[in-house]
Amino acid sequence: MTRVSRREALKRGLLGVAGVASGATVAKASALGVHTDPHAVMTGGLPAEAGIDPIAFVTDFDYGEVSRRPDGQTVREYRITAMERTIELMPGLFYPAWTYNGRVPGPTLRATEGDFVRVHFHNASPHEHTMHFHGFHAARMDGVFEQVPPGETFVYEFEARPFGLQVYHCHTMPIKRHIGKGLYGAFIIDPKAPRSPAHELVMVMNGFDVNFDGENEVYAVNTVPFAYQARPIPLRRGELTRIYLVNMLEFDLINSLHIHANFFRVFRTGTSREPQDFTDTIMMGQGERHILEFTYHETGKFMFHAHQSEFAELGWMGLFDVRDEGVAAE
Amino acid sequence: MMATRRWLWFALPLGLLAALSLLVVKGGTLSSLRRGLPPVEQLAVDQVRLTPGHIVVGVVNGGPDPVTLAQVMVDDAFWTHAVAPQRTIPRLGRATVDIPYPWVEGEPHHLKLVTSNGVTFDHEIAVAATTPAADARYFLSFTLVGLYVGVLPVAIGLVWLPFLKRLDRRWIHFALALTGGLLVFLAFEALQEALETAESVAGAFQGTGLVALATIGTWLLLQAFSGRGKGEGGRGDRIRLAFLIALGIGLHNLGEGLAIGAAYAQGAVSLGAFLIVGFMIHNTTEGLGIVAPIAQDEPPLRTLALAGLLAGGPTILGAWLGGLAYSPLLGTLCLGVGAGAILQVLGVLHKVVARETQGAIWTPLNALGVAAGLVIMYSTGLLVAQ
Repeated sequence: MTRVSRREALKRGLLGVAGVASGATVAKASALGVHTDPHAVMTGGLPAEAGIDPIAFVTDFDYGEVSRRPDGQTVREYRITAMERTIELMPGLFYPAWTYNGRVPGPTLRATEGDFVRVHFHNASPHEHTMHFHGFHAARMDGVFEQVPPGETFVYEFEARPFGLQVYHCHTMPIKRHIGKGLYGAFIIDPKAPRSPAHELVMVMNGFDVNFDGENEVYAVNTVPFAYQARPIPLRRGELTRIYLVNMLEFDLINSLHIHANFFRVFRTGTSREPQDFTDTIMMGQGERHILEFTYHETGKFMFHAHQSEFAELGWMGLFDVRDEGVAAE
Repeated sequence: MMATRRWLWFALPLGLLAALSLLVVKGGTLSSLRRGLPPVEQLAVDQVRLTPGHIVVGVVNGGPDPVTLAQVMVDDAFWTHAVAPQRTIPRLGRATVDIPYPWVEGEPHHLKLVTSNGVTFDHEIAVAATTPAADARYFLSFTLVGLYVGVLPVAIGLVWLPFLKRLDRRWIHFALALTGGLLVFLAFEALQEALETAESVAGAFQGTGLVALATIGTWLLLQAFSGRGKGEGGRGDRIRLAFLIALGIGLHNLGEGLAIGAAYAQGAVSLGAFLIVGFMIHNTTEGLGIVAPIAQDEPPLRTLALAGLLAGGPTILGAWLGGLAYSPLLGTLCLGVGAGAILQVLGVLHKVVARETQGAIWTPLNALGVAAGLVIMYSTGLLVAQ
């Protein structure tokens, strides 16, 4: 009897109210200190066992072990191990992730166009995995057919091309599960002539299907929901900021980034030196990535988030703290 | 000496069981059965209170293992909240989650509780409305609800007594058969509602088992008491039957009041005039059921009033309880008790009519009476269609 659907209840409401005193008063929500400030949307601080430090992650680039070939070509060797690890996404919420090097996203690999890249990939997990790089390479270096069984090692070798913002991820079937559980990372190939100096940040937009129902419950940039709301990313006023923005979200078709009180230049996939757009909101499909450049001319806290409000309130929301001083100390 | 030995033999299996249990719990001999899988988690929302700007949720752990509540989503947004007494809820334990949320009067809201293992439990607030505070005004409201849907209709039904008195025996039996029909209908309704409510009872509390326990337990209890005076079908017996019917209907109305009170408090029903009138008509027939066995007697007004109060009064009590402290567990229990009481009354009623008709109970008229009772309940039920 208590389970009356809303429609029925409303229908009944139309039948008229009897002379029964209704104890209810209209909620005066706004007047009573209801938490509607942005911090009311979850926080509870940062999780202790996230596997990454979200603040350190944005500027953490892995350039590999560098050596030179006789012909002068730079060789960069990276060591990546696939392993299972339970990570704490939000305070008290644990997720059995599949990781590269024990972290989600995996390390941000960085090379310069034309470098010889050698990735020693070891699979220390109980499932088959691979590394599939976006970019030019031979068929057998594609990480699709050469499945790496548990305990085995595979060496990926290719030349870093073309310059731009690439990604790598596991390509073992079912791919949804392998990517969804955390096997992905950013792969930056710098152009031979360096980009202009800037404060560079990596942002990998992702999400987690914590109850395995084929939908994300948790959204974030760099894995930890609300991380940059609890600890805003420091920026310096007047300094060029460059974001390497990657969308590795599974299940949801699109994702987006919106920054407040500013506009950015968009370098699609980072493959052109000329910006293709000047906007404050960019929509991205799965696997899409862009380089964004902007400069703040005012100090203060500025929000950035997915413009899918649902994603934002489920974790994909953060703050820039633009200051005149003290950025380097962070 | 013999007695001591007997009890020793009684205690021996218990001792063995205790020792074995200890071995299983402490010895870890069965750890291989657990297969390293995460624990089974079950959380059930059993109460939601809405105050301006706050959603307060009562949560019960009905699973086999402790559950840690990690996060709370309201309408697909993680929301700040406080959990008391603690986030880790022991087996069969309770916690209260206070969420400061700007909920909207009259609109639905969706809660999602996320455990530390990422398991989610959903709860829908069908129509948000401020939960009434337990003040004088509140009690007045729910007393009125109880009066309208319980006490007054039953009292009105009692007024049929003078009419019944003027009927001959055949038609008295018809009226009793009609009462039987009403009760059969109520029994089905109560059982169905009990089983439906049982579905939202937290797993460990075994909703269906609880229905069985409450229904059959009540039946046995009433049977044991009412069976004591094996009367010869005299006036005293008939009055006792009337009171039994009143008690059965009263226990049923307790569950009904509970459900109405809870639904009203949760904003799931706005008690429109039409709905109230529906309940009135539906329940007036219950009064008829009470007076049918004593139609030939001259019961004092006091007896009638008492029987009426016994049948209708619990609606008020139920409405108070339902509005204040409704939980699926309580609802299941009350509905089960109501069903058991009605079943017992049906048995007694059958016995009385069988005795008065020397076993030839199923005359066409009596069969028609039962059918008429069912039809009346069905058609008046249309007025309170759920």
